Amino acid sequence: MTGNKDIIIDFKHHQAAHCENGAASNLLKHHDINLSEPMVFGIGSGLFFSYMPFIKLNYLPVISFRPLPGIIFKRITRRLGIKITRERFSDPAKSMDRLDEALRNGIPTGCLVGVYHLTYFPAPYRFHFNAHNIIVYGRQNGSYLISDPVMESPVSLTKEELMRVRFAKGTYPPKGRLYYIESVSESYDLKEAIIKGIRNTCKDMLEIPIPLFGVKGIRYLSNRMKRWPKRLGKKKASLYLGQVVRMLEEIGTGGAGFRFIYAAFLQEASKVLNREELMQASHGMTEAGDKWREFAVISGRIIKDRAGSEESYESAANLLLEIADREEKIFTFLKKLPLN
Amino acid sequence: MKDKEVPQDNEGLLEGKLREVCYAVDDNGNYVTVLSTGWMPKNAALKQAWADVNDKIEETKQNVSAGKLSPLAYYMEKNIMNLRLLSQYAGIPKWKVKRHLKPRVFQKLADETLGKYARALDITIDELTNFEANLKKER
Repeated sequence: MTGNKDIIIDFKHHQAAHCENGAASNLLKHHDINLSEPMVFGIGSGLFFSYMPFIKLNYLPVISFRPLPGIIFKRITRRLGIKITRERFSDPAKSMDRLDEALRNGIPTGCLVGVYHLTYFPAPYRFHFNAHNIIVYGRQNGSYLISDPVMESPVSLTKEELMRVRFAKGTYPPKGRLYYIESVSESYDLKEAIIKGIRNTCKDMLEIPIPLFGVKGIRYLSNRMKRWPKRLGKKKASLYLGQVVRMLEEIGTGGAGFRFIYAAFLQEASKVLNREELMQASHGMTEAGDKWREFAVISGRIIKDRAGSEESYESAANLLLEIADREEKIFTFLKKLPLN
Repeated sequence: MKDKEVPQDNEGLLEGKLREVCYAVDDNGNYVTVLSTGWMPKNAALKQAWADVNDKIEETKQNVSAGKLSPLAYYMEKNIMNLRLLSQYAGIPKWKVKRHLKPRVFQKLADETLGKYARALDITIDELTNFEANLKKER
């Protein structure tokens, strides 16, 4: 191994709402593909909903407003004809050697990391969450230079710190996962990619034949939520509700469970494809996002008032039904819209 | 959400380390990004999650003081870990970790094992073994 020579790749850090979009968007920009975070999110079909009460994380049901980690990056690179490399490791030392090698070759490299030991992160946000994405773009004075998409400016980690977060333990351990763009295709069809992205999201939100996903999932959550205070007791019910709000707002969603980012995508898409209908859909999505925010406000009040009357759960759950109807309408409209 | 309505309910949870990107609509109806220092509902949800963690830590602390659990249990809760997670970080089988939560078994642990736990929990062996004395200092 060639010692500890400093390496600094000329890599531009742009802050993003969500780490996976941000990492993808920043890597693409490095290769002169200038796509905004919303575009990456939309083409990568990042909007989703799932509620899986029988799977628990920290004793709370799993709820998500996006697909599984890694899928957005996989979809966007596939749709733009980009060749990527993804590797996992069992040996931490090897994984660091491999990272060093990529850096020596001038390649900014994405790493999947756990948040709990991420020293530059605000302590209240450091839970055992293992699907965070950062870009390593160099090494200076023994520290690694990091572009963390959710941070305002670049940060750094020592070798030990970086190794620790890359080999975080628990649910979905990152196992030193790294990824980078190998080569971009000279001609890619942005319009086609956008259309594929929209079609895919319509399917995800409307057509999965299991009632836990998409708009059906939102209705399912609503039905369960009405019964939470009776079934779980006030304290647990309030913790369940808090979990929904955290997933909806906290982990870099750009607000309202990614609904606003998606509305921003539809707005950009309407310009690229020159279709006014997509602008209408964008407005609808913004309204849906505002409803999600209304839901968050009611929930926030219930959480603060530890008692939480049953009536407020009822109104929160009813808002979810309204949201499900709105989103169903938007995606049915998009599904039927001839775009090609 | 309008760009001017992007909430700035700063309750110190981001510790001044960053502001979060939010997407909102400007006066011309275009989407823009606005930085936010926080919002009431998510602050409430985050604080609730920590209150729950802290309840568990406090309960465990009392059980340790009462001699029902070993100090390992306290530091496990403090790191928001469960048996499985601590076992993975320390590299010690789960069934053994479970035994080590018993004060009597814990007292007989070799320094090598204690060292593994200390590293996993970001503490010194002294903190782990002199629990009562260190707790008094914390107060």
